[in-house]
Amino acid sequence: MAWVDYFHYWVFAILLMIGFFGVIAKRNLVKKLVGLSIFQSAVFLLYITMGKVEGGTAPIYGITDNTVFSNPLPQVLILTAIVVGISTTALGLSIVVRIKEAYGSIEEDVIHEKDRVE
Amino acid sequence: MIEIFNIFLMAMLVITALAMVSSRHLFITVMLSGIFSLLVAAIFLFLDAADVALTEAAVGAGISTVLFLGALALMDVEETARGERWVRVSSLVVVAVTTIALVYATFDQPLFGDPNAPINLHVAPWYIENVPVHMGIPNIVTGILGSYRGYDTLGEVFVVYTAGIGVLSLLGDPVKNRMNRPVQNHGLRHYLIPRVVGRMLIPFIILFGLYVQFHGEYSPGGGFQAGALIAAAMILFAILEGENRALNVIPMRVLYLMMASGALLYGGVGVATLFMGGNFLEYTVLGSTMVSGQQWGILLIEAGVGLTVTGVLITIFHAFAARSNL
Amino acid sequence: MDAWSNVVEIISIVFMAIGAFFIFVGGVGALRMPDFYTRMHAASLTDSAGPIFILIGLILHTDSFLVAIKLFTVLVFILITGPTASNALASAALLAGNKPSLAVKQTTAE
Repeated sequence: MAWVDYFHYWVFAILLMIGFFGVIAKRNLVKKLVGLSIFQSAVFLLYITMGKVEGGTAPIYGITDNTVFSNPLPQVLILTAIVVGISTTALGLSIVVRIKEAYGSIEEDVIHEKDRVE
Repeated sequence: MIEIFNIFLMAMLVITALAMVSSRHLFITVMLSGIFSLLVAAIFLFLDAADVALTEAAVGAGISTVLFLGALALMDVEETARGERWVRVSSLVVVAVTTIALVYATFDQPLFGDPNAPINLHVAPWYIENVPVHMGIPNIVTGILGSYRGYDTLGEVFVVYTAGIGVLSLLGDPVKNRMNRPVQNHGLRHYLIPRVVGRMLIPFIILFGLYVQFHGEYSPGGGFQAGALIAAAMILFAILEGENRALNVIPMRVLYLMMASGALLYGGVGVATLFMGGNFLEYTVLGSTMVSGQQWGILLIEAGVGLTVTGVLITIFHAFAARSNL
Repeated sequence: MDAWSNVVEIISIVFMAIGAFFIFVGGVGALRMPDFYTRMHAASLTDSAGPIFILIGLILHTDSFLVAIKLFTVLVFILITGPTASNALASAALLAGNKPSLAVKQTTAE
């Protein structure tokens, strides 16, 4: 069952590309932000997957009798990354709200048309 | 055996992501993003990342969905239109080529769960061994987050603070936006059951948030999760009782103070250790022994992180809610 | 004592299987029911009957008293918030104008 070992990495690659497709191919600005958040979640999955140790447990002493721990360092980095991700999403959403108020639409080509005309 | 469950969850994750990107209705996309975050949190739990699962569930499934819904309410956009054909086809080609390249690259990755992979061999065993020796706390992740990688966390607190300031400068001060409208916002006052149950639950949510904050050294928890939980309790109050009442209960100047004082507390601990004779953010000089100094340092900075995250998340919610054109 | 612990194991497995069955029924009902309100009634099974049986099965299964207390608290929390969420959803749908499909037929029959 060697393909099971690689399945996690394939899921990461597929999710990364789904998110990337959302960012480049969709015209709606909120869809682009949603695609970006899928992209970020795929990267988080990759880091945590690489940190898992077989037969290990969560890196907290005293919860179980197991002394083999999964790698705590990727978890620390991803903890920071999740909060930073939502900060950028919040800022992106407020920019989209202002764009909607200024241009009347959040479709990318309508905005470009309005910019070109004026 | 548990691998099959993990594979099933990841397959559902891919299906949810496909549905999110291809759906034409924005509301459906936002709801699916909540499901996506919960699935990711479950997968994190299976991969032994307890802290990260708690953060993803609280922040991703809770706060992020609320923010997207708040922004969607301001935009009145329901359906999206299809893109032009050449854009979609060329994007599909680029995405397919990159996927094949990535899958080809994954065959060189270390096997899943290998204890001798390079990632598990350098710094990680030193961290795992030395957290109980230097700091005496059981949660290794909090020990690394607070002390060994304390600079990263300092930068992150400032990023969260910057996001709060950025949203405020883009969307305007909620109180001033509210004053231009004479309409009283009653929230869900006429719905009896959600209001009664919600008001009963809010003190318990805040209590649980405080428990997660101070128990972060012994179990999964810490400042970020606690901040998200307490912010969720206040957002629930604002939805149930109306914006005006929520802004009377916690006024904006208290929120500004919370945002700034959290970041100030974190930086202040660093400067205080400078004055006490150590390096910047060297907690050892804060106490009589190394262990007690480190524990004091981690306690103080986690409090700072919790304060800032709570203040910023509630502020962002109020900024979105006060901007509506009703 | 060994026979008693075996009996408790079997009872906990039976409870968890019943809970899984209820959640499966809720999922099937949420897909196959004709109307919004009937679909939501089926889906609300996953908030009430499903977790009751699964969590009681888990409480019987665990060795530690602290874990049992925590599971019981989780059950109480789910039982309080789940039906409230279903109620809020049904109220919102009714206010948005989504009428149950049998309501019109009754008024025309009278």
